[in-house]
Amino acid sequence: MIEFLSVYAEHWSAWWPQILPAVGVTLGLTAGAYALSVLLGLGLAVGRLSRVRPVRWFASAYVEVARSVPALAILFLVYFGLVPLGLTLDAFTAGVVGLALCHGAYMGEVFRGGLEALHKGQREAALAVGMTPRDAFRFILLPQATRIVLPPALNMLIVLLRDTSLCYFITTPELMLTARDLTSTYFLPLHLYVLAGAIYFAIAFPLSLATRRISRRMSRGLRQSV
Amino acid sequence: MTDLTAQAEQIAHFSAVLLRGAVTAVEITLGALLVAILSGLLVALVKSSRSRLARAVADVYIEVFRGIPPLAQLFIIYFGLTYVGVELSSITAAIVGLGLNGGAVLGEVFLSGVAALHYGQREAALAVGLTPLKSMRFIILPQALRITLPPLTNYAINLLKETSIVAAIAAPEIMFYARNLTTETFQTATIYLLAAILYFMLCFPLNRLASRLERARAAWR
Amino acid sequence: MAGTPLLVIEELRKRFGALEVLRGVSLALEQGRKLAVLGPSGSGKSTLLRCINHLEVPDAGHVYLDGELIGERCVTGGFRKVSERELAPQRAEIGMVFQGFYLWPHLTARENVAVAPQRVRGMSKPAALELAGRMLEKVHMAHKAGEFPERLSGGQQQRVAIARALAQEPKLLLFDEPTSALDPELIGEVLRVIQELADEGRSMVLVTHEVRFARGVADEVIFMDEGVIVEQGAPADVLERPQRERTRAFLGQLVSH
Repeated sequence: MIEFLSVYAEHWSAWWPQILPAVGVTLGLTAGAYALSVLLGLGLAVGRLSRVRPVRWFASAYVEVARSVPALAILFLVYFGLVPLGLTLDAFTAGVVGLALCHGAYMGEVFRGGLEALHKGQREAALAVGMTPRDAFRFILLPQATRIVLPPALNMLIVLLRDTSLCYFITTPELMLTARDLTSTYFLPLHLYVLAGAIYFAIAFPLSLATRRISRRMSRGLRQSV
Repeated sequence: MTDLTAQAEQIAHFSAVLLRGAVTAVEITLGALLVAILSGLLVALVKSSRSRLARAVADVYIEVFRGIPPLAQLFIIYFGLTYVGVELSSITAAIVGLGLNGGAVLGEVFLSGVAALHYGQREAALAVGLTPLKSMRFIILPQALRITLPPLTNYAINLLKETSIVAAIAAPEIMFYARNLTTETFQTATIYLLAAILYFMLCFPLNRLASRLERARAAWR
Repeated sequence: MAGTPLLVIEELRKRFGALEVLRGVSLALEQGRKLAVLGPSGSGKSTLLRCINHLEVPDAGHVYLDGELIGERCVTGGFRKVSERELAPQRAEIGMVFQGFYLWPHLTARENVAVAPQRVRGMSKPAALELAGRMLEKVHMAHKAGEFPERLSGGQQQRVAIARALAQEPKLLLFDEPTSALDPELIGEVLRVIQELADEGRSMVLVTHEVRFARGVADEVIFMDEGVIVEQGAPADVLERPQRERTRAFLGQLVSH
């Protein structure tokens, strides 16, 4: 065990300057893709509940397709497949866009759940007591929808962090690719990949704890939406 | 006209190659699914034990496998273990890696499935004279199965999509063949599009099945 | 405006798709009087109630509260429907209690009652909470003021809902089958509160299946069927000496409460 850890002490100074920027790229991918997927998800959720039939149909079709195709395939299509159409994206952008296109569908379902869970009576009671539709939305509907949406939305952040590892395949200089590069120089696959794993864990675990605490707080006052 | 037929031929060729990958993908999925179910049951069992230590161990297992990307897990198993002398074939590594990962997910599924069963069900079964074993067989387990089937199916579908990453450890599944084809013919867009369509054709019917199961379960409750 | 009835309904009509649910309903209610509306399901009584505060917008006819047109504006040449925004202050003058209570699950009982005075009437938060406390006392729910709706029984939730309606100090109270969703043993506590409000002299329109209660609390009863008022009059007349066959048939069907 000591032997195992001493390897890290030995190579730390050589690895760190390469690992740190890679972690930055991973975090950047996560943040960018998350922001984009939230926007896409909101659009899809609204679209699926729209009264205009082609909009509804398109949003539903998009979600169905995105759920049946692996994120990796979407990444490849965005990075390679758009070139004949004249669109060549760099690896980072392609990563952000590809991940967002995939996760946006899931976010859409999460947001849709939030919108649909609101019972019509809630809104009516708000109007009956003299609130304008805007007030009703602000004080009654939005807080409730947030409570429903926040836990799964936060969970998706963690999933997205994991999925940034897929950008390895499209040569984005994130953590996995950097670890792989380092193994070809140092021949220490176990140490390097365990290190990568540990870094992911170090970021994901606190997020997971925070998500769980927030979820518990949100579920108070939710069970009966009559 | 020959240009079109040439293209059609090429697409047919691509599809045939990719289909070979699909077979591997399904194989890996089934193998990993088995491993996942077994380890998931084990996790669920350990987590419902009275020993705090045992529960903590299960928790660590779950958190570790949920916090680390499957790709990293695969690399550790396939490349990393060679450092300590363990060499696995890519398919074995894939099945083990994805399976253990799935164990963390399914463990929680099984736990919530059993928890969803009202405590009174078991009591009623015992009260009516069924032995604990029989009550498990005729009352608890069938219901637990019905409850966990939809999330299980969802997991299986996600697993199938996840097999796409085993191309990184040279397992001969769809993305692996796709990449090889692109290096041969440079028809990148077409090939990856075909791969995506292939996945879609595999997963979409499964998704519909899962939805129907979900609806049936909701109705049954 | 002394002498003008508090509530005037003129020839209300409403259809949902092909189904005409209200076929020309008119009535008037004086201040301080209580009106009970009875009838089989589908007779349009809930729709009638919801048209009063324009949760359903009538296709034809008019509603006046204290002389003021509800939901419409008189313009040269006719009437124009008003926006939801303009409806809000009008609705604040009318209190409504729903069959399904519809308490807001993310707010405590006290907050449920206080949010409207605070956000609609612009009361300060402490003043609103204090008002909420008083309203909850009125419905005998002060001891549960800090609880979330999910921890309250149906009867308790409905009483909080009544307090919520009262907090806006409405001129008219509307009850849409307030006890129909309650377990039998919880009905009494809600009816008791409604009776107390009635004794205070509040004006109310009560749609209910509780015939005996209606007889005790109402000054006037109307029986509706298929979108029209079939019979109306004093409770004793309509309920004990119904003149119309349909009324008789309906009352005979009801389990005597």
